[in-house]
Amino acid sequence: MVAADSEGSKDPGARMFRRERSIPLRGSAAALCNNLSVLQLPVRNLTHFGVVHGPSAQLLSFAPEGLPLAQRQLHAKEGAGVSPPLITQVHWCVLPFRVLLVLTSHRGIQMFESDGSIMVYWHALDSGDASPVQAVFARGIAASGHFICVGTWSGRVLVFDIPAKGPNIVLSEELAGHQTPITDIATDPAQGQDCVADMVTADDSGLLCVWRSGPEFKLLTRIPGFGVPCPSVQLWQGTVAAGYGNGQVRLYEASTGTLHVQINAHARAICALDLAPELLSAAEDTFVHIWKLSRSPESVSIEVEHCHGECVPDTQVCGARFCDPSGSSFAVTGYDLAEILRFSSM
Amino acid sequence: MSVRTLPLLFLNLGGEMLYILDQRLRAQNVPGDKARKDEWTEADRGRVLNDIVSTMFNRKFMEELFKPQELYSKKALRTVYDRLAHASIIRLNQASMDKLYDLMTVAFKYQVLMCPRPKDVLLVTFNHLDAIKGLIRDSPAILNQVDETFQQLTEVYGGLSAGEFQLIRQTLLIFFQDLHIRVSIFLKDRVQNSNGRFVLPVSGPVPWGTEVPGLIRMFNSKGEEVKTVEFKHGGNYVAAPKEGSFELYGDRVLKLGTNMYSVNRPVETHMSGASKNLASQTQESIAPNPLAKEELNFLARLLGGMETKKPSDPEARFRLNLFATEEEEEQAALTRPEELSYEVINIQATQDQQRSEELARIMGEFEITDAPRQSASKGDDLLAMMDEL
Repeated sequence: MVAADSEGSKDPGARMFRRERSIPLRGSAAALCNNLSVLQLPVRNLTHFGVVHGPSAQLLSFAPEGLPLAQRQLHAKEGAGVSPPLITQVHWCVLPFRVLLVLTSHRGIQMFESDGSIMVYWHALDSGDASPVQAVFARGIAASGHFICVGTWSGRVLVFDIPAKGPNIVLSEELAGHQTPITDIATDPAQGQDCVADMVTADDSGLLCVWRSGPEFKLLTRIPGFGVPCPSVQLWQGTVAAGYGNGQVRLYEASTGTLHVQINAHARAICALDLAPELLSAAEDTFVHIWKLSRSPESVSIEVEHCHGECVPDTQVCGARFCDPSGSSFAVTGYDLAEILRFSSM
Repeated sequence: MSVRTLPLLFLNLGGEMLYILDQRLRAQNVPGDKARKDEWTEADRGRVLNDIVSTMFNRKFMEELFKPQELYSKKALRTVYDRLAHASIIRLNQASMDKLYDLMTVAFKYQVLMCPRPKDVLLVTFNHLDAIKGLIRDSPAILNQVDETFQQLTEVYGGLSAGEFQLIRQTLLIFFQDLHIRVSIFLKDRVQNSNGRFVLPVSGPVPWGTEVPGLIRMFNSKGEEVKTVEFKHGGNYVAAPKEGSFELYGDRVLKLGTNMYSVNRPVETHMSGASKNLASQTQESIAPNPLAKEELNFLARLLGGMETKKPSDPEARFRLNLFATEEEEEQAALTRPEELSYEVINIQATQDQQRSEELARIMGEFEITDAPRQSASKGDDLLAMMDEL
């Protein structure tokens, strides 16, 4: 069902999308946030998808006009404990000289070659300070230059230094800034273009921390929460886009933390955001919305226009991503749904 | 995931179980003076509910339940309810017990999914407790036990953050993942589609603390609102009227977790609604959970050791059928799809000497402070074993 914004003539920003053929999954998607990772490989005309089922994650590679080409299941590495550990997130990290697939779970952090074939690094979580009532897990994954940053249950963000090739990965820093479990981390793909702030971390209390990467990461700004978690965050050209548990999307100036825009976007908790240059928001209310962002040249403020709303009937969306750099297609996963839904613009 | 999920899971599923048993007992009710020895009376119904509720809310049991721990597997949890049902004078055979557990789990899955805020699962739990208190109105001692549990819930969950509740919600949904059994009362009410998936309405009140979608507010660098634009969200939402009460007594506002069964509505399930992803469903059973089998899980052991009043006549154990007829019950047992079998471990006192000795040793290691009453009925798994030692 497509819910266009208007009849067409009034709103030039409105876009129409049509449903493409779904990609079947071996296992349904788990009710986690940010539960879809997409790696675009335009040179090979392939798209990789990654979805967490529970104790396993599924990787698929897909060619636009064909059937899924390859398929792999990954499991969280076992450690101490009685039941198989649950995976919290799976995410491709694009670094200057390589692409790694990172998998976070209730035991630790695993890093694989991008096709998931070989595990190149394992970091076990230290549950030392955890009280018996606290769940211990890693969650929140992003690449920043030649670093991979991963969040943890304690609020600490682990920074791993990744060599151009080989398994000689080193934990180089632990960032303090959060006191509650990390939910998501985002880095600015347009790094180095007079963007000082190039990483943002979010947590369960809704607090956002904005960082500058480097041999040592520097905390630039804190943007306080307001009592609800921030499950998903994005950063693009100095703008932080944050999705909250009460259905709101907020846009902030990364360097100062100034609030630019507040959108009452969804009726339930937001579970995923993507920024491509348009903003995609998806929530448990079954809706996916696309927003056009523009900076007005005179002022430093940001304007937002709603482009498209898509209702995925009876589906609690848990992941959504654009599938191409121009944002003309996107993919969606939903809780209990054993397929990846795809939409492309007409 | 979250280690604080088991109490919520147990209490809500237990509540659903009581609703269903209450409905079945009422449906099969016969006036006391006309009843034959094997027919249910109003007094029997009251006794069954009292026995189950007092076992469920036993202080020592609650203490164990509230300890931080990971969720049991579905099979292990099923064993706990098997024991709980049989803490009373009713007898359920495999087919009826399976159906009971299916109904319980589908109902609670629906309630968790439909909670507007993750924190509302606590209101759902309170709805169940409120209704349970209504079922055992005439027993002040048991009412007190339920109120104590209410206190404990408030202590443990009252101060949790929205993020912690979100984790609890995710843990519960992972537990219920791929469960698509169709329930006829849900199908009739259009709460469930014919493929077993729940209908998620896009209208109605938004959760407390959420604004009605449809507004974009833009600010300048001084924080002044400079522009407001409306957009068409696609749903049909209205503001939340008020927040439900988390007090011992109060208007919960939320209807989820209240008793949806009444005498006239049958409680049927359709077994054919099996999930398409059989691979993913059986995957859970393949992954070994040593806790499930070997130690029979601590809660089940505790329940097995607890005694309730047994009728002096050992023959007076009443069979309860969750189906319309005995033929249907037999048919259901024969035709239940393989992948939906719970494979409950039944301990036979007369077999497996070694295992029964080991379990007996474990049983002997902890004491229930409530004075146990002597059981007169032999041949009843754990209880019988304790007697024979």
